[in-house]
Amino acid sequence: MSEPDFNAAVAAGVLGADDAYRALLRSIVEVARAIFSAQRASIFLLDEEADELVWEALAGESEQGLVGSRIPSSTGIAGWTLVSRQPLVIEDLTGDPRFARDVAEETGYVPKGIMSVPLLAEERALGVLQVLDRPQRPGFSLEEMELLGLFANQAAIALDLLQRSRRAQAALAGTGDVAVVARLAAALDAREDKAAALALLAALEAVLTE
Amino acid sequence: MRVCILDSGVELDHPQVGAVARSVAVTIGEDGEAVVADDDAGDTCGHGTACAGIIRALAPDCELFSVRVLGAGFTGSGPILLAGLRWAVEQGYDVINMSLSTTKRQFAEVLHELADTAYFNRTILVASAHNMPVESYPWRFSSVVSVGSHAVADSLAFFYNPDPPVEFFARGVDVELAWTGGGTIRATGNSFATPHMSGLCALVRSKHPWLTPFQLKSVLHLIADNVGGR
Repeated sequence: MSEPDFNAAVAAGVLGADDAYRALLRSIVEVARAIFSAQRASIFLLDEEADELVWEALAGESEQGLVGSRIPSSTGIAGWTLVSRQPLVIEDLTGDPRFARDVAEETGYVPKGIMSVPLLAEERALGVLQVLDRPQRPGFSLEEMELLGLFANQAAIALDLLQRSRRAQAALAGTGDVAVVARLAAALDAREDKAAALALLAALEAVLTE
Repeated sequence: MRVCILDSGVELDHPQVGAVARSVAVTIGEDGEAVVADDDAGDTCGHGTACAGIIRALAPDCELFSVRVLGAGFTGSGPILLAGLRWAVEQGYDVINMSLSTTKRQFAEVLHELADTAYFNRTILVASAHNMPVESYPWRFSSVVSVGSHAVADSLAFFYNPDPPVEFFARGVDVELAWTGGGTIRATGNSFATPHMSGLCALVRSKHPWLTPFQLKSVLHLIADNVGGR
């Protein structure tokens, strides 16, 4: 950039992105609910620091106000899915009232059946996608499981983008662990001898990528 | 037959599982190194207990061992998995059930070495194929018995796959499972196909303990329902 304004450039990239990604996640759960003819579908995002799952998106007859609420990350069916990183489908939860209650706590709704699948982006488990109460058919088909996996892949990509956008916004706001990068960009902007500063940064990059 | 379940632990005294000969857990110590220690915490999420119940149903006389590598908190999950598998391979179990995998590429080489070590030490490593569109290990290695799901309602039915990397398909749909809290539930997942194959491996080896992993794989091929059958 000849007259670089790094902050402005980053800002242009992430402005309004959070809303857009939220809309994308909502659209994914709505389509998931529609293709499985289910009553509900939800996406949970893993907050690694708090070791909790945060409800990010929801489709079905319920309060959107539940979005943002949190559950433990290693218990219940969501925990099973996240810990094992494998999909789990249960047709009839009513045989185990304790697990039904766990799911109710996860979702604010008491389901009969549940499909739960991890959201994986490269090497990380980002969260969980759940589809509740699709119509019971004689014999669960493996094709449905594959479809759920494909869907989860799409949701994981959206969730990954959402997290990246939030980190960029935190950097711009001067908070979060990457804020130093934004401050560095601002300081670089302010300098007249950019060539020397850029050479220094290039050396730092070489050290960091060794 | 000594069968090891590398998973989230196994619930103590679950009626579907019975006795567990030994339970250990792998954690990261203060010096950053993985530590293997005896453990009585049971199962953190229920996954290991479900696998143990399936193996017990198919091979009722086997000795079960639990190595807990999954659980709360995700930091260090890769090193914990590697340390747990290394420890299990060193114990020389007859069968190791791994209804899990890692997508971390940097662990692939070490996992590959461990899988080969198990193979040459006559330990059968049975691993779940990932049925989601991600690259994961160790099921892709040819020294392990890799397992996907079929939808036939028969716990002894399994199929050889002529189009690898997944080598076998075992029961994974609508399976009755040991569930946390001493109960049972019916569920579907690739996680459950793997212990079916582990149970079958334990059964075959209990009758023919001299079989090497290579020979056992050949036997499994020959008795698969779509090849020779039972």
